[in-house]
Amino acid sequence: MNRSFLEISRLSVRFGPTAPLVLNSIDLKVEQGQYVAVIGHSGCGKSTLLNVVAGLLPATLGGVLLEGSEVTEPGPDRAVVFQNHSLLPWLTVYENVKLAVDRTVGRSMSRAQRHDWTMENLALVRMEAHAAKRPAEISGGMKQRVGIARALAMKPKVLLLDEPFGALDALTRAHLQDQVMAIHARLGTTIMMITHDVDEAVLLSDRIVMMTNGPNATIGEVLDVDLPRPRDRLALASEPRFLAAREAVLRFLHERHALPAAA
Amino acid sequence: MNAITPPAVTATAPLATPAAAPAPKASALMRRVSETLGVVIPPLLVVAGLFLLWEWLCSGPGATLPPPSRVWNDARELILNPFYDRGGLDKGLGLHLAASLQRVALGFALAVVVGVGLGMLVGSSKLAMRGLDPIFQVLRTVPPLAWLPLSLAAFREAQPSAIFVIFITAVWPIIINTAVGVRNVPADYRNVARVIRLRPHEWFLRIVVPAAAPYIFTGLRIGVGLSWLAIIAAEMLIGGVGIGFFIWDAWNSSNLSDIIVALIYVGLVGFVLDRIMAFAGRAVTRGTTEQ
Repeated sequence: MNRSFLEISRLSVRFGPTAPLVLNSIDLKVEQGQYVAVIGHSGCGKSTLLNVVAGLLPATLGGVLLEGSEVTEPGPDRAVVFQNHSLLPWLTVYENVKLAVDRTVGRSMSRAQRHDWTMENLALVRMEAHAAKRPAEISGGMKQRVGIARALAMKPKVLLLDEPFGALDALTRAHLQDQVMAIHARLGTTIMMITHDVDEAVLLSDRIVMMTNGPNATIGEVLDVDLPRPRDRLALASEPRFLAAREAVLRFLHERHALPAAA
Repeated sequence: MNAITPPAVTATAPLATPAAAPAPKASALMRRVSETLGVVIPPLLVVAGLFLLWEWLCSGPGATLPPPSRVWNDARELILNPFYDRGGLDKGLGLHLAASLQRVALGFALAVVVGVGLGMLVGSSKLAMRGLDPIFQVLRTVPPLAWLPLSLAAFREAQPSAIFVIFITAVWPIIINTAVGVRNVPADYRNVARVIRLRPHEWFLRIVVPAAAPYIFTGLRIGVGLSWLAIIAAEMLIGGVGIGFFIWDAWNSSNLSDIIVALIYVGLVGFVLDRIMAFAGRAVTRGTTEQ
């Protein structure tokens, strides 16, 4: 049988034996190098899905296969960029990335190589000039960039982004989206991103996975976004295929699976 | 217990960050000076006012307490020469305070080691918490002096008994705050550690200890304040050299002026101890918390 790079098969999750299912029978295949966005209303369990792929939460039924082996625990091959950056505030920007390097890929490197690799990843997100600062001294967008650098420094097979730009203002978000697109183009990393932003999903991803409302959420539709890369947000603003994809996602979220008014 | 965090701590904080505007040096200095004066002058005025009020209240014919002018006349040597030593218990206040501080230092050091250790254990293990926390919650309400007879019986000597009372007074807030700090390590840091697969000892040293540090220092600060409260009372009972016994001795020989001077010294030392802990806490946890 032909295995995909990342396979989620018949995955169901519940928190506690009598609790209702949060996720119900999720099936998803992701090929190497693909950028997949998972979109849905708040509370639909999309973060739960990402946490199961990361290994931070256990699957109740079904499971996740990465390159044919089952995900049972967290690990650097599925690096996560957390929604609220999760940098350690007592470490500098450099030390935050270095800690991840030292404990993962750096175990087989020399001291100089670990330093170089740390700086290379900071340079990738253009943070090398701020390496000596602490998280409290840099902006929210910068923190998120360091979070991305920390995740990339682990040389992950899959990069998991949990609403990475949700807490940022629109201009900073656009800037970071462009950086992530550039990094994806350059490294070819497989990326799975949780988002609730329709434009972001269409602009960044090759496929958009639309989730129905929870509890008992499952995949409602999967949309292929066949826009050529590199993508330019200005050129796409009036591009019919972009607008069509955007409309399709909007219709799914606000017509067929709108939240009840009471929510 | 948590009430022992005077708002004065924040009152001086703006001084630490000089005005950011790139003003000429002279005017920046002027602003510094005027800011400092603004902080220093009001309490001085209040103190002067209190002294005047005190003088007025205690100068009447039926006054039971001496006014400041008589305190000055009676206890001038005590105020001006804190380090005289005429042998026995006839020593300057500085020497009495040094003896008390030494006891506090020993007892508090023990409390830090044991308190942080136990707090880490209780904070990181559910089982340890279930077993130990109820006991801590009961024991911590026992007033410090209630331990003194037992510890005198156990140690049969004044010095170790006093040190034990300090230890048992200071250890509870340290345990409890440390445990809270360890339990409150954000889940995000835990997730980061799991993704990069930190080993247990690395998780402990690189994440738990720094994340709990601000809580630990809060506990240390409360603990040192309570120690200072307890040592005075304990020394009144055990005797020997020490500021507590000095006060009791002065009361027995009706030297009210000496008592008043000693109280002022006790207050000042307590204030300095609190400030030292606050400063140490700020220095160690600098930049380790968001905002």
